[in-house]
Amino acid sequence: MLTSKCMKGVTQGYPLGIQAREVKVTESEFNIDFVSRVIPKLDYDTLWTAADGLGYSTDLPKTLVENYESNEDFLKKIHHVLLEIEVLEGDLICPETGRKFPITSGIPNMLLNEDEVKY
Amino acid sequence: MSSGKRPEHLAPPEIFYNDTEARKYTSNSRMIDIQVQMTERAVELLCLPDDQPSLLLDLGCGSGLSGSVLEENGHVWVGMDISQAMLDVAVEREVEGDLLLSDLGQGVPFRAGMFDGAVSVSALQWLCNCDQKSHNPVKRLSKFFTLLYTSLSRCARAVFQFYPESPHQVELVTTQATKAGFYGGLIIDYPNSTKAKKYFLVLMTGQNMALPKALGTENQDDSTVKYGNSRMTYKQMRGKPLKKSRDWIIEKKERRKRQGKEVRENSKFTGRRRCGKF
Repeated sequence: MLTSKCMKGVTQGYPLGIQAREVKVTESEFNIDFVSRVIPKLDYDTLWTAADGLGYSTDLPKTLVENYESNEDFLKKIHHVLLEIEVLEGDLICPETGRKFPITSGIPNMLLNEDEVKY
Repeated sequence: MSSGKRPEHLAPPEIFYNDTEARKYTSNSRMIDIQVQMTERAVELLCLPDDQPSLLLDLGCGSGLSGSVLEENGHVWVGMDISQAMLDVAVEREVEGDLLLSDLGQGVPFRAGMFDGAVSVSALQWLCNCDQKSHNPVKRLSKFFTLLYTSLSRCARAVFQFYPESPHQVELVTTQATKAGFYGGLIIDYPNSTKAKKYFLVLMTGQNMALPKALGTENQDDSTVKYGNSRMTYKQMRGKPLKKSRDWIIEKKERRKRQGKEVRENSKFTGRRRCGKF
């Protein structure tokens, strides 16, 4: 979901690579409506790669399942990957410049230095 | 914020909202109440469909007070703030939304079309300030609005509650928002009260729709003073004076005097009939 588009010389800045040092899995309420509404907005391949990088891709199919609105099992998996896995410590890496955005206690730091801002 | 001075004048946001200031947002019930009320009103102005949960962006989320309101309304949110201390408080409060440490003036770093709406409570006025030598409020605002526009989906709304310092600031903000492609405008709740007066900037992507009505303006039809029509009706009721009557003559003389023509002074003989001796 995040991009580094604000940075100088970065045109797309997506997807950001994830380097996790500490991952926490939390429980959260499953909302079928929300998950099925959010899927069209996601780039599924990116999500899969991200989940794969964290080691949670085992039960996730590699391509988007057809008729996912009615497939509750699949939606539950997506929900788990999207909302319940939290990277506590790690880095987000810009694919174009290699700039690292550190994540501390679950909050990515996207602050840029003055010279990195593109106006 | 209870002190008379505006916090924007004291220090930049990442320094002003330090640990002590952040602590106030969890302990001070008055501050919490105000924040919650304003967020509720902002959500109302967002006009989201009731039954489905939406993904919202909270700009300047702070300690997540506004986020809690969004949670109560059944939405999923992502918060952005520049103050580490405020975000730490948010983590402590165990809010459900995802948090992001980022400067609004550097843009909104999200993929295009991700969010169904955006709310912001008391954050926009910070962007009008120049805290560093490299800061240019116009450029920062324009950057912010352009990137916000792309990260919102079509037919989404963004509601900003803010405290503009001057009419000039309002103009600055609205101009930049319109330039970025937003429709919408300013709604002022309770415009006649000093304390309850709240500014909401309602921005829309997609098509232009009528703005919702501001609160506290129900009793008055217009923001201007009502024009009393009594004098007009009196004149209309009287109508034009009867031709050749004394009133008619006096009015005519008055008119010609206004036109700068030579007119005899009125006297007791003005418009009086001559006696029949002639």
